[in-house]
Amino acid sequence: MLPTPDTSHVSFDTIYEPSEDSYLFLDTLASASESQWLSDRFQKGTSSAVPFVVEAGTGSGVVLGFVAAQSQKIFGRQDILTLGTDVNRNACMATRETVSRAISTEQSRDLCSPLRPGSVDVLLFNPPYVPTDELPRLPTALENDPTALKGMSTSARFDQDSYFLSLTYAGGADGMETTNRLLDSIPGILSDRGVAYVLLCKQNQPEVVKEQIRGWGGWDAETVGSSGMQAGWEKLVIVRIWRSQKP
Amino acid sequence: MKVITANFVTCAVKECKTTATSFPLHFHDAELELQEVDFQPEFIRNVIPRIDWEGLRTTANELGFPSLPETKPEGDELTNEQTLKDLHRLLLETQVMEGKLVCGTCGHAYAIKEGIANFLLPSHLGKFRIEFRS
Repeated sequence: MLPTPDTSHVSFDTIYEPSEDSYLFLDTLASASESQWLSDRFQKGTSSAVPFVVEAGTGSGVVLGFVAAQSQKIFGRQDILTLGTDVNRNACMATRETVSRAISTEQSRDLCSPLRPGSVDVLLFNPPYVPTDELPRLPTALENDPTALKGMSTSARFDQDSYFLSLTYAGGADGMETTNRLLDSIPGILSDRGVAYVLLCKQNQPEVVKEQIRGWGGWDAETVGSSGMQAGWEKLVIVRIWRSQKP
Repeated sequence: MKVITANFVTCAVKECKTTATSFPLHFHDAELELQEVDFQPEFIRNVIPRIDWEGLRTTANELGFPSLPETKPEGDELTNEQTLKDLHRLLLETQVMEGKLVCGTCGHAYAIKEGIANFLLPSHLGKFRIEFRS
């Protein structure tokens, strides 16, 4: 067992606490089959250029911290560049601390919108996947301003914390609204050797999602990790998405 | 944020992405801090292929660093320890703690506070959010 990053410094008032889905991500990336696949794709013999690894929505930073610390095991090389993003500024701060063992920078932003096209080699996404009636709106720059919190009443603070926490799980229709936005951006931001890992739950209909991705043309999708069967269904799965043909 | 980050980001406004002036974003009022990182020559050598050199030259110039060579180091230049150390200092050890990143196309300024850049758009720009399948 590889060690799980320490997140004891993280306050879980507004940040998602590492849970079964987070650990499924760690286990999948470090599994013998997946680390072999990634090492074949990114080891130095193939290209000396460092892999650029991006996690959209880092939360506590447990996944990105794990990848940064275990890059030798996962990618067969120690030199990787990592970048984390989260719409919650507190999560950016938490991630910076969690990943301090490795090279990392964090930004507060929506998914992958400001990334240079064609630049990302590995994209990691553990989305808000729970089906909900409504998708919470995105926070404004002001709501992430550390000075705005001062002078806020206790009840207003509680409402704001609850709102940020809702962003960590509420996925709108079929739990797919945020994931679909990320999937749409994948062909634009992944490099020629790029690969994305996205976690889905049963209600997200992973088989349908994979078929849609194969329908893009030149792309493939495969389930590479799962939390085991429940009443004949896999509750949580991790899908690998990659170019099956060079563009 | 490390200076290298600026080499991987562009304006978050969809309409700006296809314009040449949306990259690199321009640092304004940048407050820099030096945070030492172990120097690993091979790491820097392998980072160089990932760098948009023209973009980095612009960034270095705006931050007041000595001019970078006109062309990206290659071949024997990659064994020059001073070249690698200079890039190590600029890309990995220089942290931008406060300031703004400004788009050359739309002029939007993304604030940097305590080393974290905020790329969330105000609502009147946010409707253009993301979706950049080309």
